[in-house]
Amino acid sequence: MLGRTAASLFWMSRYIERAENIARLAEVGYRISLTPDIGIGHREDWKSTLIAAGCYEDYLARHTEIKPEKVKHFLLFDRDNPSSVRSCLETARNNARAVRTALTREMWEALNSTYIDFASVKPADLGSGKLPEFLDWVRQRSALFRGSMLGTLLRDEGFHFSQLGAFIERADNTARILDVKYYVLLPTNETVGSDIDAFQWETILRSVSAHRSYRHVYKDRYRPWNVAEFLILRPEMPRSFCFCYGWIERSLEGLSDMIGKPMPSLLEARGILQDLKNGHMDAIFQSGLHEFLIEFLKRNNTVSAHIADDYHFLS
Amino acid sequence: MMKTQAGAAKTGSKSPAPAFFDEMRSADGSVRPAYQKIADWMAQQTRGVMARKQEEADAIFRRLGITFAVYGDTASNERLIPFDLIPRVIAAQEWRFLERGIEQRVRALNLFLYDIYHRQEIIRAGRVPADLIIGNEAFLPQMMGFDPPGKVYSHIVGTDIVRTGENAFFVLEDNLRTPSGVSYMLEDREAMMHLFPELFAAHRVAPVERYPEMLRQTLESVAPPACKSDPTLAVLTPGIFNSAYFEHSFLADQMGVELVQGSDLFIEDGALYMRTVTGKERIDVLYRRVDDNYLDPLAFQPDSTLGVPGLFDLYRAGGVTIVNAPGTGIADDKAVYAYVPDIIEFYTGEKPILSNVPTYRCSIPDECGYVLGHLGELVVKEVHGSGGYGMLIGPHSTKAQLKAFEQKIKANPSNYIAQPTLSLSTCPSNVGAGSAPRHVDLRPFVLVGDKIRITPGGLTRVALQKGSLVVNSSQGGGTKDTWVLED
Repeated sequence: MLGRTAASLFWMSRYIERAENIARLAEVGYRISLTPDIGIGHREDWKSTLIAAGCYEDYLARHTEIKPEKVKHFLLFDRDNPSSVRSCLETARNNARAVRTALTREMWEALNSTYIDFASVKPADLGSGKLPEFLDWVRQRSALFRGSMLGTLLRDEGFHFSQLGAFIERADNTARILDVKYYVLLPTNETVGSDIDAFQWETILRSVSAHRSYRHVYKDRYRPWNVAEFLILRPEMPRSFCFCYGWIERSLEGLSDMIGKPMPSLLEARGILQDLKNGHMDAIFQSGLHEFLIEFLKRNNTVSAHIADDYHFLS
Repeated sequence: MMKTQAGAAKTGSKSPAPAFFDEMRSADGSVRPAYQKIADWMAQQTRGVMARKQEEADAIFRRLGITFAVYGDTASNERLIPFDLIPRVIAAQEWRFLERGIEQRVRALNLFLYDIYHRQEIIRAGRVPADLIIGNEAFLPQMMGFDPPGKVYSHIVGTDIVRTGENAFFVLEDNLRTPSGVSYMLEDREAMMHLFPELFAAHRVAPVERYPEMLRQTLESVAPPACKSDPTLAVLTPGIFNSAYFEHSFLADQMGVELVQGSDLFIEDGALYMRTVTGKERIDVLYRRVDDNYLDPLAFQPDSTLGVPGLFDLYRAGGVTIVNAPGTGIADDKAVYAYVPDIIEFYTGEKPILSNVPTYRCSIPDECGYVLGHLGELVVKEVHGSGGYGMLIGPHSTKAQLKAFEQKIKANPSNYIAQPTLSLSTCPSNVGAGSAPRHVDLRPFVLVGDKIRITPGGLTRVALQKGSLVVNSSQGGGTKDTWVLED
């Protein structure tokens, strides 16, 4: 497989995953704006959403103040925002076009028809309660693409690069969501446990579609300690660091086997996975949750950079 | 001529119907045998059904991403080529005739290329003027004295053929460089089988699906001398913004080979490699869909980034085969075209089976004078142009357009040739309000390697605008499935 093909598969999957995550964040933001203001101000929530989406600075470069309509447009439709859902879908499709031969027909059709249908959506038509339906649609399309891939793609190197793109992006996204709200997860808050905090905890879980699965695992009310553990260390939670790194390690092992020796990206990912498996929340809180998350984001980026080097992404 | 004929004038009849040959109906309105079942089927289809099928077909093509970029069209740089639901039918004996004619022509043109790049016997024999070849931009002196594997220059050919009567077929262009359109031939067939399976059950339609396999065999058969095992093939594309990108990726996919860009390739120790995730892999045969000029910045256009530095030297050293060979353009040059009947006779000793369209060369003063005096009746083409760009269709042009073209020809006569406006045959087409005859041409696809392989039928392009004779997709033409019936 060409290095360029591998790079396109990786980025295609990353951008589809990102489109889904941005849609989920926008949905949570929208939901908050519908609930009564309980003291912290909606503007702060939209700001958190922009930070979690990784495009707060880009937004400020174009807009002087945070207005819900503008944020929504920026997150969903703005071509100038490389992480808007529209830009993500376009970038994903351009990458897919460049490697059509490495995709199955089902994958291409899922992505291409999403792109075509998205192009016909008029932002102006999404007022008066139609936004959630639209955001649902974006997530369903991402799920369709992923399902097509899992159901039809050969389990060869192309599969591994697609998986890596998706899980590197997902781990990055979960870490950002946690970091934006890390302060409400600090153990000191648990005893206080105001309504505001409970609401914030739920928001975090909703941002990763985990507010219901949380209850299945913990059989308890939302507690910050558990929320953090759920998203970081629990291997059964499909958007947790640990889950993502389980798959990242598997795919990197597959690729290293192909070459015949463990590559730097695998060694780095293995280190991360080991640390997560051996990790305990008390230790993480002790050394600082924020510091831990920043360090994780950095290591996740390092793995991504190693993958590009190891497999000749740049030509 | 017709208008002044005494007989016609005396009868006092209405002006004669335009003399277009319709492939489905004879002049008396009866249906030709090959179209009988299609005519019956068409009679049974309601407008609603056809409209629904048309929508379904468009959705299929759009979803598959079978789009086409139109240069200079920024608003929508990916367009769908209109697909016409009604198949074109070619009877078995008609096809046998075409097949023989095409094979003869392609064989002769490859022999011509070998000769032009070696001893140039045809020039010595005075059958083709030296300056037409040597002074021609499409002639590549760098190819002199080199023997491509199997002595094949043009491996993939798309011979454009038009029909004007029952037995009147003309070759319009030979397209020996990098002809495109074969993916449409294959996808049109896929779409038709999906939309109208019952029609296939009622006919014996010669299959076209083997094309990718035959292309693969053809490419493998011209592996370079340095290749000692199973040759590795690759398709070279300029990239996703090229108008034919879909086809490049489609063919690579169908053959199961890599689709590469110049930036994926490098030359090392006398071999061409592609950069892969494990390091590098050698390429033996490169089916390039990049023009000669962009192939190698060291040998041709120095600022090109689409090709590979050193590729041409490696080719000449026998380390890789470039398909089609560089320099084939000299044989499908529009000025050389006029000599193809002589070329066929010279190399095969046979009379041409397929006719040329009479062609006036503006480089010759007498012929240029005729062209300027009859611009309103002629089609004028740029010698090196393609895709219907830069051409004049006299009968369909305004006075101002004619005047402007006259200036262009006078400024650079040798850049133009002219041909009479051909009365292209018509086929029934789905035009929304039922079916109506529309003008068509035909591009059969020919593969030349260890032997010549011709896929039955080819791509039919159709001018969907009423009365239009321009079938190019860049000018609003569509395509339709083309059936060669088996006996």
